[in-house]
Amino acid sequence: MEAIILQFLNGLDKGSAYALIALGLTLIFGTLGVVNFAHGALFMIGAFCAVTFSRLLNLSHTVVDESRTDFLGNPLELQVPYMYDFFGVNTGAAIIDWAVPLSILFAIPVMIGIGVAMERGLIRHFYKRPHADQILVTFGLAIVLQEVIKYFYGANPIPTPAPQAFVGSFDFGLMLGFDAGSIVYPYWRLIYFMFAAVIIAAVFAFLQFTTFGMVVRAGMADRETVTLLGIDIDKRFTIMFGIAAAVAGLAGVMYTPINSPNYHMGMDFLVLSFVVVVVGGMGSLPGAVLAGFLLGIIEAFASMAEVLDVLPGINQIIIYLVAIIVLLTRPRGLMGRKGVMEE
Amino acid sequence: MTDQTQQAPGAAAQPRRAQTANTGGALGLRKKDFAIFLLVIALTLFAPFLLNPFPGNSAMAQFNAGYPDLMQRFVIFGIFAIGFNILFGLTGYLSFGHAAFLGVGSYAGIWSMKLLTLNVIPSIIASMVVAGLFALLVGYISLRRSGIYFSILTLAFAMMSFALAYSVLTPITGGETGMQLQYFDARILDGALEPGQTPRASLFGLDMAASETLRFGAWSFTFNVGYYLAGFMMLIAFYLSIRIFNSPFGMMLRAVKSNQNRLNYTGISPKPYTLAAFVISGMYAGLAGGLLVAMDTQVGAERMFWTASGEVVLMTILGGAGTLIGPILGAGFIKYFENIVSTINKSTLEGWFSFLPDTASDIVVTLIYPFVGKGWHLTLGLLFMAVVIFLPGGLVQGTQKIATVFRRDKKAEPVESAAAEQRKSAED
Repeated sequence: MEAIILQFLNGLDKGSAYALIALGLTLIFGTLGVVNFAHGALFMIGAFCAVTFSRLLNLSHTVVDESRTDFLGNPLELQVPYMYDFFGVNTGAAIIDWAVPLSILFAIPVMIGIGVAMERGLIRHFYKRPHADQILVTFGLAIVLQEVIKYFYGANPIPTPAPQAFVGSFDFGLMLGFDAGSIVYPYWRLIYFMFAAVIIAAVFAFLQFTTFGMVVRAGMADRETVTLLGIDIDKRFTIMFGIAAAVAGLAGVMYTPINSPNYHMGMDFLVLSFVVVVVGGMGSLPGAVLAGFLLGIIEAFASMAEVLDVLPGINQIIIYLVAIIVLLTRPRGLMGRKGVMEE
Repeated sequence: MTDQTQQAPGAAAQPRRAQTANTGGALGLRKKDFAIFLLVIALTLFAPFLLNPFPGNSAMAQFNAGYPDLMQRFVIFGIFAIGFNILFGLTGYLSFGHAAFLGVGSYAGIWSMKLLTLNVIPSIIASMVVAGLFALLVGYISLRRSGIYFSILTLAFAMMSFALAYSVLTPITGGETGMQLQYFDARILDGALEPGQTPRASLFGLDMAASETLRFGAWSFTFNVGYYLAGFMMLIAFYLSIRIFNSPFGMMLRAVKSNQNRLNYTGISPKPYTLAAFVISGMYAGLAGGLLVAMDTQVGAERMFWTASGEVVLMTILGGAGTLIGPILGAGFIKYFENIVSTINKSTLEGWFSFLPDTASDIVVTLIYPFVGKGWHLTLGLLFMAVVIFLPGGLVQGTQKIATVFRRDKKAEPVESAAAEQRKSAED
């Protein structure tokens, strides 16, 4: 029982990342009808937003402390972050400690900007082209973005720790009445899951309860009619692209403490997210979220030692296997609509 | 070729074929295709000369590509791209998992060398057969869906093969370290080697790595057995692909690309044709994999990673999907620049621009440096985007466009301007 709950929890955080990326992919696909292979790169850029922001916060200047000396006998040189000067030592240190959550504020405008620029500058010209061309050009873009990041940040993973308050684990075992230490779950992963849930809820609420969202949904259902009603749907779809980019970026920002960001993390997630989207059903937002969590959890269960004893290596391929089975038995995915991408 | 792919299939295509079938050429090829074939033969034969145009001691020597290792890769990836083009160029099915067949072929090839004989012929045959069977399985399942779903399915299969080769199948694939030949392998036909002897792939006793070097002043040209074997295989592969392109079977595949519904309405099921194309292109990939093993007797699972599948897509698109010679050009282009551009480092750049004043040279070097050496992938990505955006037909279309600009004489001009005006009025 403990093991099952533990694997379930393990699946949640990975599933959250899948669900967030797949949600963004589906938003883009459902609104603009574009298959965006650069979406993984947006996830990666989001993660590097966190890196950049924490570096910005750590910008420091050198202060010579005459009262102390280093081991050579020279006056000690100290690196003092500007944050200490602005906010005092205590507040400054706290701000630096909270760099990752704070970079959300930094990442949202940056990601929306990148998303809108991408849509206006490149993707717009590909609406009428075949899906193969869209895949290929965004694939090229993904390579370019990845290499640009590699040029500026290097090829090695950059550790970006979570705030001190969230280092450590939460003992679910005690809470649920099992032995202490039987179900231990890191705080940050719990936060990641809750964060993902909030973002997903926000996106759905935005689409469901605002006028803007209503128009976008109408545009997804029947673009032509909406245009005939005199609504500039393209403009709204561009904004949706920006929002989708922001969702992927935020998924990346919050993922940095779980996995140190490196330049190819986007590609690693991209392939899986596409599988998630296809399993959930192309163009279906609830399907993407559902499939994201489902596949994350299935993957976690497949990694259990008991399962691996019976079927060695199953954890490596389970997602693809599920995708193949789903595509062959339910060609439209779990919650796919009729007529999407079926030409 | 591009104009043909856009033409209505079936009825319109048949008379056209009948017209052109007998106009010149040999070996059952049309005159124009025969000319292309001759060109490719000449390029393959004289590659050691053509790729080594700069004397060995000159500053340009690093642009030479006439060394066996690189030439082998040109032709082998040429084969891979030709095969991919039969599927993607003709039917329009974009497979994102073709590297899996290359990898499976490689493993089959190396096991044939381990178990049977060091001769490359059985090993290549084994590669093609096994890759073909694997393609049959993958194709049978994947081709139930089309469009993006097909791409994802093939991608899923390739990633599964990669993951399995990396983990569970380690006894067969060598896992992370890959597979190498050992002297103690049980070669049933050859007998075991003495300890300390290195197993070398050979063609009936002719060592694949054997080379003859011709020196000519500062130039040196290397003729390598392995290269010529691979080149010969590529010529056969290329010839077959021309025949497939012009055959009724090729026409069916084009029909699948242009309009599958129409085919269905005529009462023809496209599935057998697409599956056949898929298996053929899988066997081409297997052949390429077998040749890779024949040239360099080792295999690693990273050969099956999805970026390797992406690379063959790049080659085909860059050269021109659906054209005959495009994939070969694309493969050569990418492999050449991968090797040459990625070896340029900062001091080389500084050497080139030393004629400029210091500041100007610094600026130029700083501007170019991110794009060469380790930054080669950046250049590749930009190039790829540029090709997809501006030249969807690839390099072949590019050369055709340039050719029409030069060929445009006075006679043609009025006709074209009239056509342009017509188009304009139609738009209004």
